[in-house]
Amino acid sequence: MKIVVLIKQVPDTTDVKIDPETNTLIREGVDSVINPFDMYAIEEAIRIKEHLGEGEIVVISMGPPQAEVALREAISMGCDEGILVSDRKFAGSDTWATSYTLSRAIKKIGDFKIILCGKQASDGDTAQVGPGVSVHLNIPQVTYVKKIEKLDKDKATVERMTEEGYDIVETPIPVLLTVVKEINEPRLPSLKGKMRAKKAEIPVWTAEDLACEEDKVGLDGSPTRVVKIFTPPPREGGRLLEGEPDEISKELAGLLKDTIIG
Amino acid sequence: MDYLLTEEQQMIKELCHQIAEEKIKPVAAEYDKNEEFPWDIVKVFADSDIFGVYIPEEYGGMGGGVLEMAITTEELSWGCGGIALAFAATGLGTFPILLFANDDQKARYLPDIAAGKKLAAFCITEAEAGSDAGSIKTTAKKDGDHYILNGTKQWITNGSVAETYVVIAMTDKSKGARGASAFIVEKSMEGVSFGKKEDKLGIRGSATCEVILTDVKVPKENLLGREGLGFIVAMKTFDYSRPGVAAQAVGIAQRALDESVKYARERKQFGSSISSFQGIQWMLADMAIQIEAARSLIYSAARLVDSGAKNVAKASAMSKTFASDTAMKVTTDAVQIFGGYGYMKEYPVEKLMRDAKITQIYEGTNQIQRSVIASALIKESLAKK
Repeated sequence: MKIVVLIKQVPDTTDVKIDPETNTLIREGVDSVINPFDMYAIEEAIRIKEHLGEGEIVVISMGPPQAEVALREAISMGCDEGILVSDRKFAGSDTWATSYTLSRAIKKIGDFKIILCGKQASDGDTAQVGPGVSVHLNIPQVTYVKKIEKLDKDKATVERMTEEGYDIVETPIPVLLTVVKEINEPRLPSLKGKMRAKKAEIPVWTAEDLACEEDKVGLDGSPTRVVKIFTPPPREGGRLLEGEPDEISKELAGLLKDTIIG
Repeated sequence: MDYLLTEEQQMIKELCHQIAEEKIKPVAAEYDKNEEFPWDIVKVFADSDIFGVYIPEEYGGMGGGVLEMAITTEELSWGCGGIALAFAATGLGTFPILLFANDDQKARYLPDIAAGKKLAAFCITEAEAGSDAGSIKTTAKKDGDHYILNGTKQWITNGSVAETYVVIAMTDKSKGARGASAFIVEKSMEGVSFGKKEDKLGIRGSATCEVILTDVKVPKENLLGREGLGFIVAMKTFDYSRPGVAAQAVGIAQRALDESVKYARERKQFGSSISSFQGIQWMLADMAIQIEAARSLIYSAARLVDSGAKNVAKASAMSKTFASDTAMKVTTDAVQIFGGYGYMKEYPVEKLMRDAKITQIYEGTNQIQRSVIASALIKESLAKK
């Protein structure tokens, strides 16, 4: 049985700076890390494998050649194999094109039972790629999973976090799950894992390898157009009312009437 | 500074620092306060293959030596000098097995230690015997296929939490130090019990207690080397383990320096940060110089031991003495830089000073180390004639 984990390399957000002129991320000199939410997906995959006592974990990342570092880190934690999906033709992919491309890679692997992703990436924050992949593969998805309760041959029972509490969802397998940080605590790499990761061969799959349709990848395959990115203006400070309680309450009532009821 | 580490040694250093930063540092003060044993951190060490760094690959280890052991101890001690001992004192209990055990003994004991399933400890000290190994009162009497061990070992690091103990006991009292022998004793053997847990000044995140042996029947297959080799086993073990104590000291000292630099930048007096005062700057610089010198001495000594050189006692003792004296000086200065805050438990440096002190004392006081160094000098001089 294969477990697929989709990961993304992102700038280390504890260290992010915005260029005030262009309003874009300053990437120079910023370390890259595995998207923090994807770390939970990696850990959960390893736990599933440990629990079942069998299986193979394949980690996939779509990105530039340096994303290979992220794949090696995943292997050092206990994943079996890493695949880099990388091609100049993929440049400019939005979430639609990315999820299409990733779904092609997963089809090429075949024989997958569970696909795990972080709930969203810490840079783009869209939370769309995971669900997008499940649609392209025509398999069910459960998002915001905080616990895998039961895992059978052909179905799984999971807890899906909601704002009020959680839903218990039973789903057929294969399934795509996106996970939240409540699901586990990611482990550190091991020395033997690091040695294995150092030696691991990371194949690079291109658009041709995946037999992608040309008009579905990269900028051309992306229906989204980013018109403008900007930092919203900071909220203006409040007003402090002073005086006797009687007067203040009257003034406040008046203000509320004006602003809320208009 | 480039320490000319191999890629694998660098990997160990980075992973151990990550463990120290993410897993040990946040809980160190709590373990220090409650004087509990950090089983959760032991699990982290085990899961990360830390326990096997100096154990050969054929027994499940990473195949490194004393240098790898020192690098690991240093980085973990940066997080907490006490918690790091779960690893380092296991090393002290494992070196006699690595150095003197036969293949059967190695196969029985090393894999569980490398995997972190079992901790180890070394038992030589008694109420009236430490470095004076000839005064050991614990006895081992041959009885058919067994030895019967009786006696009380004191201040045993990892005592009660370890499963595997190397015990030095007298098989022939009349021969003094040459009548001592080394045995592998298991916690589960009948007659092994533990005395009072010590209430210590520092390294409180480590377990220290008496190991009491009452008619413990140890199979003769558990004798290390041969009868009468106990003193040699102990001395050789210390040659290998002292760079580890030195590394623990340097890890503690490095942490003290890092905390001091950070604090000196933040703390403002007379309108500017105290790091701009020459008095503070010179203290910081002296701390850094001594730490680098100590580290270089440790790595040199460790490399010498790993090279298989015959006479390593002097280098090993020098590294332990210099690094532990450095740690005491540097941590005392760190408390001074922090001023009144440094004296308070709310800040991390008073603990570093308490933890540093033991490194001048155990595995032979620094006075004993100087005797070792001097006797090596005299021997070398005699050999020249």
